[in-house]
Amino acid sequence: MNAIPWPQHLIVLPVLVPLLVGALLIPVNESRHQLKFAFNLASTTLSLLIALALLLMVDGGHWPQDIGVYLAANWAAPFGIALVVDRLAALMLLLTATIALAVLVFSMQRWSRIGVHFHSLFQFLLMGLNGAFLTNDLFNLFVFFEVMLAASYGLVLHGYNLRRIRTGMQYVAINLVASFLFLIGVALIYAAAGTLNIADLGARVALLGAEDGYLLSVGACILALAFLTKGAMWPLGFWLPGTYAAASPPVAAMLVLMTKVGVYAVLRVWQSIFGDEAGALTGFGLEALTIGGMATLMFGAIGMLASQDGGRMAGYGAIISSGTLLAVIGQSEAGVLAAGLYYLVGSTLAMAAFMMLIELTERIRPPGAALLAVTMEAFAIEDKPEDPVGVGIPRSLAFLGLAFAGCALVISGMPPLSGFVAKFSLFHALLDASDGGGATAVAPMTWLMMALIVFAGLAAIIALMRLGVRTFWASGAVAPPRLQFSEAAPIATLVVLCVVLTVQAGAVFAYLDRTVFGLAHSGAYAERVTGEPPVSRAAENGDRP
Amino acid sequence: MELVVAISVGVVFGAGIWLILRPRTFQLITGLMLMSYAVNLFIFAMGRLWVNRPPITPDPGIDPTQFADPLPQALVLTAIVIGFATTALYLVIMIGARGLTGSDHVDGEEPRE
Repeated sequence: MNAIPWPQHLIVLPVLVPLLVGALLIPVNESRHQLKFAFNLASTTLSLLIALALLLMVDGGHWPQDIGVYLAANWAAPFGIALVVDRLAALMLLLTATIALAVLVFSMQRWSRIGVHFHSLFQFLLMGLNGAFLTNDLFNLFVFFEVMLAASYGLVLHGYNLRRIRTGMQYVAINLVASFLFLIGVALIYAAAGTLNIADLGARVALLGAEDGYLLSVGACILALAFLTKGAMWPLGFWLPGTYAAASPPVAAMLVLMTKVGVYAVLRVWQSIFGDEAGALTGFGLEALTIGGMATLMFGAIGMLASQDGGRMAGYGAIISSGTLLAVIGQSEAGVLAAGLYYLVGSTLAMAAFMMLIELTERIRPPGAALLAVTMEAFAIEDKPEDPVGVGIPRSLAFLGLAFAGCALVISGMPPLSGFVAKFSLFHALLDASDGGGATAVAPMTWLMMALIVFAGLAAIIALMRLGVRTFWASGAVAPPRLQFSEAAPIATLVVLCVVLTVQAGAVFAYLDRTVFGLAHSGAYAERVTGEPPVSRAAENGDRP
Repeated sequence: MELVVAISVGVVFGAGIWLILRPRTFQLITGLMLMSYAVNLFIFAMGRLWVNRPPITPDPGIDPTQFADPLPQALVLTAIVIGFATTALYLVIMIGARGLTGSDHVDGEEPRE
């Protein structure tokens, strides 16, 4: 394989490294916890570095048209499976690795020890996530979805108790059915177009006859059902709040990423297949996404107001974030999409931090307080190990309060943090996009969407304020809770990243504008992917010293 | 032949849907398995239905229209393996739920009368 320059192999590493490390850790005995953790940490850090390198390479003009293509097993693109890294994929890889690293450090003290094989499952989840972001083949996407889901089934049940088993059973059943829908959609698309390569599909869609076009759109709809079940669009997202609240906090933080995979898949498939070059099918189904996204926003906002428990509230927060993103994807305008992606990054970071933070704030309440709350699960088997021993960080209450406020500001979209910048630019782009010529009025749908986003923000701030007051002021805490440094640092890092995102908004938006520009040019994308030549035997021999 | 395959896939899938809406885990798992069989048949049929045509030939100089499409067959193999593994995983969770809750209801508790 001398003919391939080594940086090319970086594209496949985000899949290979977690796979190998995860497999390696299975036979290691659970009692050697430190060793397992060290391997996991090394692998996740490596993933972060690779993601960073890929992002710099993609944005630094390393590849023609800024798209890196890796032909697995050296088969040319429409026949073999191609892994593709463009700006969007690189961004998602970086986001995944960042959150994974934070979650892993957070779980070091207690959560990774309450069950077996946490580290292997964590690595497999990472592999599935990375693979889903990188792959350019629909069936391969299915395989990576299944890898990710199988790992997540294990992780949701991690620290086996009654509540987790109950919600886990429903979570697995729903996702199994969604996987069947995924397969049906893939089969229909193959029957209609004769290819499963996403880039190639984009090139072929315009050439299809009317009948095959119908078949393809039916297939795409069924496929979208599977994606939107992961992305928790109303009415497919009822499984989400219960699962998030029941899963252990680090796992819930990783699940936040999984909803984003569903959103990402919709964005990727729709932009490549039903982009501007799709002929009669251009923009197919986008209204449905907008309307579905708005319904999801409404559902999430009402759910957030109605929930008492922090975990459920965070789950509904994730639904609001999904709803906003889906509505944005439905708009499909360059400026709107860029703002949506900015929102995605900020809200995912804040949501993941919030999931972990909630568990720490539970420690503020005196023991027994949780049992008094009517909606709390009174009969849950206590599975937490005894309170962590060792040196806690000072001023823990102040830290928790600040971190909570930071997360709440981003989630609800209040100034001065990134949530506000995201919403402001989103509204700006929406108004800009709808009166492009300057003469036409803003569409009623756009007004409705903006109103719903504002309403969801209001609902979020009310709900979070209520939770904050109850947790910090009305809890009757006497002594500040003990926090480990390894528990506080990841949350602080994620919140600080949100601040950095706000301060560096200009640079981030420039990158996202380039990302969206690349997404909109599906023709160039298809040419680049299918045009990548496999390594020829002769070239390989020629290069050999 | 198309009609027979279509009807059988539809009947199996329909039975699966009915079963996954039932409250007991045994019915649920049976429904999931039926659905996975139907989906596998469906993928297989998407390569069009042929009789007596090989999918692979060592000789490259042959008219491709005389051969069955090998790709759906490869897809269906992968789908069978993955479906089998996830169903097995689900069975384990089911047994765990039965042991912890003492009930085989999907909600983990008997419905109140």
